[in-house]
Parts: sequence; C-alpha cells; structure tokens
Amino acid sequence: MIAQSVVLAAEFPPSVEDFYLPSILPWGAHDNYWFTKITFLVWVAVAAIIIFFLVSYRKPELVPTKRQWIAESIYGFVRNNIAVEMIGPKGVAFAPYLTTLFMFVILNNFWGIVPFVQLSPNSHIAFPAVLAVISYVMFIYVGIRKHGFFKYFKNALIPPAPGFILPLLIPIEFFSNFLVRPFSLAVRLFANMFAGHILLLVFTLGGFAMISANPLLAPVSVLSWALSIALTFLEFLVICLQAYVFTVLTASYVQGALADEH
Amino acid sequence: MLTLLAAEAAEEGHNPIIPAWEEIVVGSVAFAVLCFVLMKFVFPQMEKTFRARVDAIEGGIKRAEAAQAEANELLEQYRAQLAEARTEAARIRDEARADAEGIRQDVLAKAREESDRIIAAGNEQLATQRQSIVRELRAEVGTLAVDLAGKIVGEALADEARTRGTVERFIADLDTAGTAGGR
Repeated sequence: MIAQSVVLAAEFPPSVEDFYLPSILPWGAHDNYWFTKITFLVWVAVAAIIIFFLVSYRKPELVPTKRQWIAESIYGFVRNNIAVEMIGPKGVAFAPYLTTLFMFVILNNFWGIVPFVQLSPNSHIAFPAVLAVISYVMFIYVGIRKHGFFKYFKNALIPPAPGFILPLLIPIEFFSNFLVRPFSLAVRLFANMFAGHILLLVFTLGGFAMISANPLLAPVSVLSWALSIALTFLEFLVICLQAYVFTVLTASYVQGALADEH
Repeated sequence: MLTLLAAEAAEEGHNPIIPAWEEIVVGSVAFAVLCFVLMKFVFPQMEKTFRARVDAIEGGIKRAEAAQAEANELLEQYRAQLAEARTEAARIRDEARADAEGIRQDVLAKAREESDRIIAAGNEQLATQRQSIVRELRAEVGTLAVDLAGKIVGEALADEARTRGTVERFIADLDTAGTAGGR
C-alpha cells in the first residue's frame, strides 16, 4: 500500500494519461486499444445486462417472480416514464431501444465507482460518440420516414416566424438541430464521466501526495480521502442522472422529429 | 485546465476528445450485440406479458360481467315463467270452478227435467185411467139404469128411440152433477 501510494503519488496531479492504461492483450502495450481495461469493462457490462435479462425473463409469468419484476420495472420505467411520456403513445415502439440505451449507459457509467475498477468506459469519448451518432441517425431517419425528406427538413429548419427573420433563424436551427445535438449529447456524457474520474483521482491521490510530502499533513489526507468517499456518492448521482439525461434527450429528439409542426 | 490538457495531449499524443477508432468498433459491436439480444428476445416478450396481464384482468372483468348478465337474464326468465305459471294456475282453477258449476247446473236441470217427466207421465196415466174408468162406469151405469128401469117398467118402454134419449139425458145430468161434485 505504501509502495503503491508512493507510485501513485508520483503521478500527482492526475493527467489525461491516467485514462489511457496499458492494454491487457498484448500485456502492457501502449496505444493498443483492442483489449484494454476499458473494452473489457464494456464487454463485461454488456454480458451482465444480457445475462440478467435473459435469465430473469426466461420463463415470464403473469404473476412475476422477484427478478422478473425487477427486469419489468426497468423496462416499464423507461417505457412509461421516458418513451411514452416524451413521445406519446407511439413511444412504445421506441421503448426497447431506449431501455437498451439506458442500461448500456448506466452500467458503463457505473464502472466509475465500482471499487477496484473505478474507471468508466464512457470517460473515453468513443463510446458516447457511438451512442450519440445512433441517436442522431435515428431521429433524422424517423423524421424523414414520417414526413418525407423535404417536409421533414422544412419542419425542422423553418420555424413559424415572420419572413424577414428567417435568414437568421434557419442557420441557427440548422446549427442547433443538426450540428450541435450529436456533439453535445456525446460530450455531455463523456465530460461528466471524465470529470468524475479526475475528481476521484485528485482527492485520492492528493491524500497520498500530502501524506508523503509531510507526515504532519496526515489529517488533511484523511479529510481528502473522506471527501473522495463523499464524491463517490455524488458520482453515483451523476451516473444515474447522465444515463437518464442521455435517454430522455434521445427520446426528445425523436419526439421533435415525429411532431407535425413546431 | 483546457490549455493544460491540450498541452499535455500535444506532448503525449493523447487527446481525450478524439475517439480511438478501435474503441468505436468495439463500442459499436458491443452495443449492437446488446441491442440485438434485448430487442429481439427480451423486450417484445415483456410487451407480450404486459398485454397478457391486461387481457387477464380485463378478460376476468368481462367474463364476470357476462356471467352476471346471464344470471340476470335467467332470473328474469324464471320470474316470467313463474308469473306465467301463476296465471295459468289461476286460469285452470277458474275453468275448473266454471266447469263444476256447469256440471252442477246440468245435473240439476237433468234431474228437474226427469222429475217433471215422471210427474207428467204419472198425471197422464192417471188421466187415462180416469177416462177409461169413467167410460166403463158410464156404460155400466147406463146398462144398469136401463136394466133397472126395464125391470121396473117392464116392456112398456120398449120403444128404443125414446129410451136412448131418456138415458142419454139422464147420464148427462149425472155427468154434470158428477163433475161439479168431483172437482
């Protein structure tokens, strides 16, 4: 522990490099991303979700068992409180995707506070980016399928406003609807996870840094570690909130694409 | 902070805002697998269960309502049948009463008729007997009177024509006296 603390303390303050660990296979290689802690955690999360749902929904019954009830509650939460709430009765069709998205995001976020793991795959922008691109393509596709190509873009780009202000509004609408949306979706999730990890690193490593710099600073170190525990609870809040926000925003974009007028 | 990150990224070659393409591939594949399994095998199943549950509840209510309606209908039917049976019974009772009265009247009438007939027959027979007795008596009285008168008067009154007239007159007198006295 002492040796580790010395090693860790040597790396204080934490940097971006703390997010790029050496790969697992081949062992210790740098800049090889195929099989790292991050990708391994993604696969574990995916496997865990699949196994949980398949096992708990192997034999569905009208009167659910406890595990079946939990699985149904997760789906029912996203279905009723996000999909139907945001999109309306048509939202039921999107509930399976939104639930999958929600589970994927929340479980991968959750790695950020799991003891001894404490690194969320979503702190690498590649994963939020993939999800954001899927949401982006999905809402545009849904809009075009519903309204047709030209009518959809007319609805999306031309707000009901006086003609003289349209030259100003159309670029703004285009910018906010078709350029910023996927970017903000991805960056919001990524930055939250990234910052959360940095925060935990700062307070944990800061404690080690102080105690190894001067033993008299030990009480401050203890305070620092206590704060890192408190921040873990804050992280838990952020994890759930960001998964919820990502899902709700995706549903909201789909709703906007399906809406008839502004 | 941003400049620090940028500087470090430039120095180390890691920029957190630029995704590693290997991770994009891994993320896409992992998420695709997850979507495929959940959206094909789990969530449709859940929707089916939800529907079955709604069906079970609504179906139960509907069945109960149907049973209730059927019971009501049966009750109504039984009531109608009961009322019908009651009126039928009353009708039969009335009819029986009327029948009995008719029969009684019939029997009475027949008895009366029979008695009338018997009385009439008796009267007639009586009258006939009386007539024949009167006739016999008249003939006998005539003969007796003639015989008596003949014996008293002898052969003096042999003139037949006169005799007959006398006797006739005598009997008519007798007759009138007899009827006046007899009745």
